[in-house]
Amino acid sequence: MQQSTRALTLTLAAAALLLLAFPFAESKFYTQLLSKIMIMAIFAMSLDLLVGYTGLISLGHAAFFGLAGYAVALMTPQYEAPDLWTSLPAAVGLCAAFALVTGFLVLRTSGVYFIMVTLAFAQMLFFLFHDTKLGGGSDGIYIYIKPEIRLGETSLLNLDDARHFYYFVWIMMIAVYGFLRTVLRSTFGHALLGIKTNEHRMRALGFATFRYKLAAYVLSGALAGLAGYLAALQFGFVNPEILSWHQSGAVLMMVILGGMGTLFGPVIGAFAFVLLQEMFSNQAVLGAFAKHWQLLMGAAVILVALYLPGGLAGLLARPGRKKAIEADDG
Amino acid sequence: MDISFILIQLLNGLQYGLLLFLVASGLTLVFGIMGIINLAHGSFYMVGAYLAFSLSAMTGSLLLAVLLGVVLSVVLGIVLERLLFRHLYQRDHLYQVLLTYGLILVFEELRSIIWGDDVHGVAIPALLNFSLPLTDTLSYPVYRLAISGVCLALALGMYVLIQKTRLGMMIRAGASNREMVQSLGINIKLIYTLVFALGVALAAFAGMIAAPVSSVFPNMGAQVLIICFVVVVIGGIGSVRGALLAAILIGMADTFGKVLVPEFAGMTIYVLMALVLLWRPEGLFKRA
Amino acid sequence: MSDKDKMGIDRREFLLNGAALAGATALGMLPSGLALAQSARVRVGLMLPYTGTYAQLGVAITNGLKLAIQENGNKLGGREVEYFTVDDESDPAKAPENANKLVQRDKVDVLVGTVHSGVAMGMVKVARESGTLLIIPNAGADAATGPLCAPNIFRTSFTNWQPSYPMGKVLADRGMKNVVTMAWKYGAGEEAINGFKEGFTKAGGKIVKELWLPFPNVEFQPLLTEIASLKPDAVFVFFAGGGAAKLIKDWQAAGLKGKIPLFGSGFLTDGVLDAVGDAAEGMETTLHYADSLDIPKDKSFRLAYAKTFKLQPDVYAVQGYDAGQLLVLGAKAVNGDFGKKNEIIAAMEKAVIDSPRGKWTMSKAHNPVQDIYLRKVVGKENRYVSVAHKALADPARGCKMG
Repeated sequence: MQQSTRALTLTLAAAALLLLAFPFAESKFYTQLLSKIMIMAIFAMSLDLLVGYTGLISLGHAAFFGLAGYAVALMTPQYEAPDLWTSLPAAVGLCAAFALVTGFLVLRTSGVYFIMVTLAFAQMLFFLFHDTKLGGGSDGIYIYIKPEIRLGETSLLNLDDARHFYYFVWIMMIAVYGFLRTVLRSTFGHALLGIKTNEHRMRALGFATFRYKLAAYVLSGALAGLAGYLAALQFGFVNPEILSWHQSGAVLMMVILGGMGTLFGPVIGAFAFVLLQEMFSNQAVLGAFAKHWQLLMGAAVILVALYLPGGLAGLLARPGRKKAIEADDG
Repeated sequence: MDISFILIQLLNGLQYGLLLFLVASGLTLVFGIMGIINLAHGSFYMVGAYLAFSLSAMTGSLLLAVLLGVVLSVVLGIVLERLLFRHLYQRDHLYQVLLTYGLILVFEELRSIIWGDDVHGVAIPALLNFSLPLTDTLSYPVYRLAISGVCLALALGMYVLIQKTRLGMMIRAGASNREMVQSLGINIKLIYTLVFALGVALAAFAGMIAAPVSSVFPNMGAQVLIICFVVVVIGGIGSVRGALLAAILIGMADTFGKVLVPEFAGMTIYVLMALVLLWRPEGLFKRA
Repeated sequence: MSDKDKMGIDRREFLLNGAALAGATALGMLPSGLALAQSARVRVGLMLPYTGTYAQLGVAITNGLKLAIQENGNKLGGREVEYFTVDDESDPAKAPENANKLVQRDKVDVLVGTVHSGVAMGMVKVARESGTLLIIPNAGADAATGPLCAPNIFRTSFTNWQPSYPMGKVLADRGMKNVVTMAWKYGAGEEAINGFKEGFTKAGGKIVKELWLPFPNVEFQPLLTEIASLKPDAVFVFFAGGGAAKLIKDWQAAGLKGKIPLFGSGFLTDGVLDAVGDAAEGMETTLHYADSLDIPKDKSFRLAYAKTFKLQPDVYAVQGYDAGQLLVLGAKAVNGDFGKKNEIIAAMEKAVIDSPRGKWTMSKAHNPVQDIYLRKVVGKENRYVSVAHKALADPARGCKMG
């Protein structure tokens, strides 16, 4: 059993390193595609903190993703690049603040009601950007120039370069993974799992569960904001659709598909979700049938729901491992 | 704004609300009794509308089309329950979300393959195809009033079915304690199949009778799905009474939102939902 | 315990399968790369909606474009053509990524798309950055040939402003003074209403009230009630597809038909006449295309289209067809050498397109300068009535080109 945990860790590390080498082997398009998938992986991990570890299912997570995107777009002067050092903390901070305010309200509810209140707040934000001229209305707005970090004359990091961007995102993804892993192994993380398993008992044990949940919600919102910030920079285009409920739904699918309650599950989910769709809609693979990619995608999702209860990660992880952790802390 | 204007708008809100109730009732039933979160509910609504289109073209009568369509959708419900949903009762809600999300994709694509992507119309039955004059410029279509009547009758029927009949008693018992009902020798599996089929039939029925006023077009299910969830949640999950009241509230909020705050009309129903849930975190009525 | 061992094996198997899957995906990536090396074909990228609400439009545009190239012997500048298609799902969130699929993965020589304005904005972004030739066969976002105009971006359809503007004068000329407007609250809706408003107020009319509906909500009843109480001389609307069909039927059912005339840009009555029955009869709209146009090119186009695809063409097919014609023309000027981008652009700018809608030219901002027709619904036709505005050019506000 010990061995398989190590095998899993090694596999994941190998996969991460493989990703590191990728931009040298493949085309610019796939470099960009993988960048986007890694951004979605960050997004999905942030949601997993709520769904998989705290038992709070949000259908409005795209609110943070989109809010950060709009924040950077609106902060950017038209003919200058946004400054990475100020715009990144500002966008992420804004999301944290939004999460703090809405968190106070939404965390009063639970279960399906929580799903719907989070949706409600996200929809309000969607219509705010869609129906008003604030962010270019339904047609969206552009970010024309991307940030660059220079040391004297040499460019250390130019996010306009697909490879630079790729590595920047890779580092962010690994950092978020490492960060969340640390958080979840702390007393705080154990308390969250305890809340997920049995909130009443945690409260009886003297935990101020509301505060823990609020902290998780804010953290999750801020990390989703990081993903949204990166997504907005990648293509330099922000549109109300990035905070629509489809987007919230898609990231939730990634988490469930990959396997919730495991940090690497959502990462796998993000890769599987996007790559499956790529494959099914690729004419080079499926010919004329690629037109019906939705049918294949739907069938694949149904099969996972029926036959892979642990998501894709369930195939990799040791069975019962999650339960063991819960039993320890519960 | 004179008084008759406000009265007519109230009628608009009521009428729209009743239509929403019709679509949402199946959702709240399946949701409340079986604990199934069914994202594909909108797809069943769409299937209903397209069935109405095809069957009424074939038979020449909307009534016949609805009768046939209800039978077909019950069959569809039974098949889906046996094939897919049955395996997920014991699992976390999220797998139902995953499954029904997959179903949306499948149904939408099948719709495209079977019916194409055109906009279609369904004729209003000749008997109901006239309007009652309200003011010198405005009339009210009788078919809409008829829909409202059907919705009210259905609400009453559901109430009686669940509260007053033996089957309803078993359903309610099954919702609160599956094992106990089973040990009493009641075939809980059969009951679940029935309830699910009823939910599908209700959604499809709503699609069928709404088709003449809404037209029939791709993605029509997605548009009603979210608003149905809003109705169900505001009303309190599983409460038919709550869903009825919530639907009318939403109908009013939507109607007066468009008239009074057109700039923010898109937000009104979500603001309403947030307010209600912050006030009563479990909806207006807990499970009935 | 044995169960767990079993799972261990399954897991290893999965890893193997996973590797196989990754391999397959990598293979899926390969053909386009290989094909690039061996083929001398012109690579045409079509990014259009093939699923969802606009799927029908995507197909019509594709058919039109292919017909134009087919009529040129299936060649562009003497070279064979290879098509690459991407379903854009009308999802703006995925737009730049989907456009890059064609530009970077498939290395297309020209990008054609799309229907949805938000998605087109994403394509414009990619085209401006990559310098790839872009032809927009529908999306009317004013900005694409306005502030965001660029030498490599062309449009063969319209701006949202264009079909609405002439209706203003038409109504004013009929002595209508007070008009209410109604549209979905989104980019295309606002731009279309602005166009009408400009034309109508310039001709001395007054907009009594602007009514808006959240997109894509189709519950018109509250607004119809408001219109009935305002009693304007006429109502001008912008809706399309399922929403348009529902409005036309609701309008009749509310008893407004025959009391307050309903006008709109032509999308209101295009593609929905089968769905609405007689409710649209007599309605007048303005658009850059119409049925029963007395133009020989239109007759031959309709015949050829019907013969090839067993379908009746619509305005979208015409726009696709013209995109194809524009490509044929540009490619001819350089004998199929798409490396000579400046010369292609120069040829396209000078193009006179012999379109089924009537001859049109390119404006300096690369949008059609075209006749806008007043049409009237007769039976299942949007029948030509008159020319509402001859050779109308979009004002292209904010475009610094030319």
